[in-house]
Amino acid sequence: MLGFVVQRAFQAFVVMVVMSMIVFVGVYAVGNPVDIVIPPDATQAMRAEAIHRLGLDLPLWQQYGVFVWRLLHGDFGRSFVYNMPVLDLIGGRLPATLELVLISILFATGVGVSLGVYAGVRPSGLVAKSIMGLSILGFSVPSFWVGLILILTFAVSLGWLPAGGRGETVEVFGVPWSFLTLDGLGHIVLPALNLALFKMAMMIRLARAGTREAMLSDTVKFARAAGISEGTILRRHVLKLISIPIITVFGLELGSTVAFAVVTETIFSWPGIGKLIIDSIGVLDRPVMVAYLVLTALLFVMINFTVDLVFAAIDPRVRSGKTRT
Amino acid sequence: MSAVLEVRGLRTEFLTAAGILRAVDDISFSLSAGEIIGLVGESGSGKSVTGFSLLGLIDPPGRIAGGSVRLNGAELVGMTPGELRRRRGREIAMIFQDPIATLNPLLTVGQQMAMALAAHERVSTKAAADRCTEALARVGIPSPRARLSAYPHEFSGGMRQRVAIAIALLHRPAVIVADEPTTALDVSIQAQIVAEMRSLAREFGVAMIWISHDLAVVSGLASRILVMYAGRIVEEGPAARVLRDPRHPYTCGLLDSLPAATAPGVPLRQIPGAMPSLLALPPGCAFQPRCACATPDCAVAPEMTVERDRSWRCFHPAGVASERVAS
Ligand SMILES: Nc1ncnc2c1ncn2[C@@H]1O[C@H](COP(=O)(O)OP(=O)(O)OP(=O)(O)O)[C@@H](O)[C@H]1O
Ligand SMILES: [Mg+2]
Repeated sequence: MLGFVVQRAFQAFVVMVVMSMIVFVGVYAVGNPVDIVIPPDATQAMRAEAIHRLGLDLPLWQQYGVFVWRLLHGDFGRSFVYNMPVLDLIGGRLPATLELVLISILFATGVGVSLGVYAGVRPSGLVAKSIMGLSILGFSVPSFWVGLILILTFAVSLGWLPAGGRGETVEVFGVPWSFLTLDGLGHIVLPALNLALFKMAMMIRLARAGTREAMLSDTVKFARAAGISEGTILRRHVLKLISIPIITVFGLELGSTVAFAVVTETIFSWPGIGKLIIDSIGVLDRPVMVAYLVLTALLFVMINFTVDLVFAAIDPRVRSGKTRT
Repeated sequence: MSAVLEVRGLRTEFLTAAGILRAVDDISFSLSAGEIIGLVGESGSGKSVTGFSLLGLIDPPGRIAGGSVRLNGAELVGMTPGELRRRRGREIAMIFQDPIATLNPLLTVGQQMAMALAAHERVSTKAAADRCTEALARVGIPSPRARLSAYPHEFSGGMRQRVAIAIALLHRPAVIVADEPTTALDVSIQAQIVAEMRSLAREFGVAMIWISHDLAVVSGLASRILVMYAGRIVEEGPAARVLRDPRHPYTCGLLDSLPAATAPGVPLRQIPGAMPSLLALPPGCAFQPRCACATPDCAVAPEMTVERDRSWRCFHPAGVASERVAS
């Protein structure tokens, strides 16, 4: 098991190094950012001074070296546009996205898996049919439209929930969180629901298919033949057997939703990272883009690493297969 | 000898898109305590469905459409699911063909055995471990205590099948349905398992229904043989006599196609044709289209002919006419 962890940690490290290079070079090639940091009427001298100050006159590999050196010291540089440390800029936005995404995915998984397993156990009942109908709806209705309907219904017509913003926040470890206050929680509900709907539909399908398959497997037949009750079979065999695809999708969705929550964030004016990055790309705010991409890559790598560890904890074949190599 | 299992007119049907498929049609037999009977037939003849029907494990769209299954005197057909569950594993158990698929790869062997134990008894963790160790030792698994914490993938196929057998024997059931338990194993392991099952059955007085498509495996094990074709029993009798002197042309065909019945280098003989779809059985005898002895009489379904301790379902049984001529 220790060998497995070390091996996976090393893989994660390699991925991060390669990612940082790709990101740096890719963004370097996108365009010249100097023009946005100097006034249009700047003299040639001012321009040269700005280029020198930003380190843009150095060769590419040296710029990368400086970038990595600073990165390792927790310095992602300053935003060209906001003229403040990138880390502060992102640090103010990322927690908002993280809490939104985490809550919506936990909700989607919890509810989706429960409904999916139910539909898998009693596939011919009316309830199962309704659940599957719901999942098709979740797949086919566009997310932005659902967002608008949610706002119209619960914020405008009923007035139960706020339509946008983060509400009241509490600082923990120097980071503001909404989900710890009642007001903040109220603000999260609608955007989280909006974000969760598609994922819930997916989890329903996944859990149902897995449950159907597991229920027809020889493992379950053998357990039944031994007189084990349906409840025990469901808890000890089926849930365990379906957990692997569900955890895989959970990890993938967690990463990609953090990276692409922008639509929901825009609709609910949620001050998350999505809006920031879109703006930064528009004005070629290079340090922000690079830092964002590197942090996103780090997030993906960490999620994958965790998912691999969870797999190893669940599946003994993964554990033994990997330690031997 | 009293029968532990008494099956009368059992019928199991599946509701399919193309109509009602009668996978088990009017099967009757009885099994005495400690007896081993062999249930043989080609693939698709309904052997597994028969086995599952005995344990009440037919899921929709299938159902037991009629007949009676009496286990230790209690009628299983129509019993509530809860009552059936309490008997499964305790009075009647089943083992399957593929030992790789029957055990859950994510749970240790000990956990799975403990679950099977807890299904019918309240035992402490320690007592459960002792019982499971004992059960593993019984089926010939070396260092059983240590193996309790091993996962199925750490066992060979033959060892996994032994684990499944140990689970089936945990509560010392009166009857075990063994659905081709050696088909997935290689030949030397097959012989070991067969020998072990025979001695375990004798030791515990467990009666067994040994399902196989291979008459050779069954011949060394069973005292009686049931030959099944298209959902029906076409011949039944003491193993030695059925093998030496078969009555039904289908049994003759099965025997002829055994490798041992063919000289080396000569291609194996086969029964011509294939089993008809159960949804489109020919009128009369289901074997008639493939049968060399078929005559126009066979358009009517033959009833069981009973002669002393054996019976068959055929108008033109082999061996009967010649015996008469000889006598
Ligand atoms: N769940 C089901 N739904 C529909 N038909 C089924 C179902 N299970 C079995 N059958 C049908 O019942 C018939 C008998 O199947 P069964 O599995 O008992 O054959 P078998 O004799 O055990 O064959 P094999 O040697 O291949 O295991 C087959 O025609 C099969 O198509
Ligand atoms: Mg079968």
